[in-house]
Amino acid sequence: MSETLSLKTKNQTEGRVIRPSTLARARQDRTAKNVFFIVTLLPVILIAIITIALFLRALPILKAYPLTDLLFGEVWKPSTGLFGFKPFIIGTIWVTAVGVLFAVPPCLLVSIYLAEYAHARTRSAAKPILDLLAAIPPVVYGVWGLLAIVPFVDEVLAPLSDRWLGSVSIFSVNQPTGFGILAAGLVLAVMIAPLIISVVYEVFATVPNDLRNASLAVGATKWQTIRNIVLPQVLPGIIAAVVLAASRAFGETIAVLIVVGNVTQIPTSIFDSAYPLPALIANNYGDMMSIPLYDAALLGAALVLLVVILIFNILSTIILQRVKRRAWA
Amino acid sequence: MMKKKHWQRRHLVETFMTTIMRVSLIIVAGALGLILWTILVRGLPALTWDMISQSPKGGFYMGKEGGVLNAIIGSAYLAVGGTLLAIIFSLPIALYLKAYLGDSKWGEYVRLSLDVLWGIPSIVYGAFGFTLMIAIGMRASLLAGIIVLALVELPIMARAMDEVIRRMPVDQEHAALALGSTKLEVALRVVVRQMLPGIVTAVLLAFGRGIGDAASVLFTAGYTDRVVTSLMRPTASLPLAVFFQLGSPYPEVQQRGYASALILTIIVLAVSLGSRWLSSRLNKYTVK
Repeated sequence: MSETLSLKTKNQTEGRVIRPSTLARARQDRTAKNVFFIVTLLPVILIAIITIALFLRALPILKAYPLTDLLFGEVWKPSTGLFGFKPFIIGTIWVTAVGVLFAVPPCLLVSIYLAEYAHARTRSAAKPILDLLAAIPPVVYGVWGLLAIVPFVDEVLAPLSDRWLGSVSIFSVNQPTGFGILAAGLVLAVMIAPLIISVVYEVFATVPNDLRNASLAVGATKWQTIRNIVLPQVLPGIIAAVVLAASRAFGETIAVLIVVGNVTQIPTSIFDSAYPLPALIANNYGDMMSIPLYDAALLGAALVLLVVILIFNILSTIILQRVKRRAWA
Repeated sequence: MMKKKHWQRRHLVETFMTTIMRVSLIIVAGALGLILWTILVRGLPALTWDMISQSPKGGFYMGKEGGVLNAIIGSAYLAVGGTLLAIIFSLPIALYLKAYLGDSKWGEYVRLSLDVLWGIPSIVYGAFGFTLMIAIGMRASLLAGIIVLALVELPIMARAMDEVIRRMPVDQEHAALALGSTKLEVALRVVVRQMLPGIVTAVLLAFGRGIGDAASVLFTAGYTDRVVTSLMRPTASLPLAVFFQLGSPYPEVQQRGYASALILTIIVLAVSLGSRWLSSRLNKYTVK
């Protein structure tokens, strides 16, 4: 646009009158384009800047200890120079896994229902509910977990599990307080639900109606159509949505911190307390300056978190972009 | 006979599946109701006018008088500042995506990086902000909190704007271009105006996210019992007020934490519902 304009102004062969304001506008347009371009570059390079900044600040500890000692070391005693991340990493994985396991089955059913079965009115009623669930701040989820979920785990789920599943080690109740992986997982499950539902719903919307109609026309029921025709098409998208939700759960800080118990140990049961990585960073950042390498260790924890989430996110986002763009022959 | 049995089984499965789907929907909706109910029932008894209208007096955390006005005002400054800063960057990004990149490869890269930024947890933004602050010798302050919140809000806002602007039909744009407008003029005078309801929604979505975020301002904005008066001073924020009150050993202060959580929830829900209402109102003035 701007190039053609400026070209014409240079050789005014056709005897057209070009007002000075036109030149000014063209110049303005060009400047804006350049400024906008630079601003647009920002998000692309921001990811690299964040990663590099955290890496540089974590470098002292990466130099002092081999990476395997840090990632798989089981003892966390910064005052004696022991920085083993294993309890925190395992704790994060437990909490994430429990949250995702609780969230995925109902969320898949809800998104299938909204995408395939629901009346338009149900759909428009469900939208604000999901929006509000997504809008509730993490700290409010934490308060809810503290007031409702922790007592529920303590008074209902723990005794039940003790009676029926006590012999299975991951269901055994060792620390009966209610604070722990199960409570954190339940809170996380509700937090990530709107994300899973909206992404899976969008993925279902990418499947053209012709496919469904063909299946329905030969006499399949609606569920058979979904099960045999639609689901196989959207499976990559669903997996990507779940991975995305897992990464959201992996990094969630405040809500988990309030209900997970924060005990530095390697949990063996879903009723155990854990100490996920984000909680470690949030709890200790204030008073880390006095101990050597402590700040580097905590930023190293942030780096671990970031790298895992970047991998999860980039993979699932690329898959989702592909699914949405897929050409239907 | 065989055929009929088969038919019955199919329909039994159909009924079973739709039933558990409906139950799941009720569970998800019920979870929202349960959260709001819990916060309301436990927060309301401790909610007094003093909570909203006063700053903490000496010994607030020991159950003495005062309120969380410092945190309410601090959160408002933080979220408004962060949102304004995020708009300055998001709007050009969304317009550039629309006007120059479209669905091209580069457009995909930018959208991918925005999505990835969206996924980075706010505690990582907080840690990143803190390392930056140390690097330039800055202390925990309102300004640092605003900058970090802008980083948290930027991808949410830019991506939401991009989604609405992208859906705009090209006719009006082409008409304006044909009349001799530059792309900048089209972007600012046609696209922005026409898509204003969606843009407002995107801004308020990011604002709601910003006002509720605790992890990013934990080390960057600091905390204080006074109402903040300067950009360079630390400030309290509502999510952190809730968090600190919960950690108190005094039941009375914990009660105030529930009340603060109720205040925060009301603000966030008002923003969320308000944006819905506002965008439907603004929608009346756009050309269909």
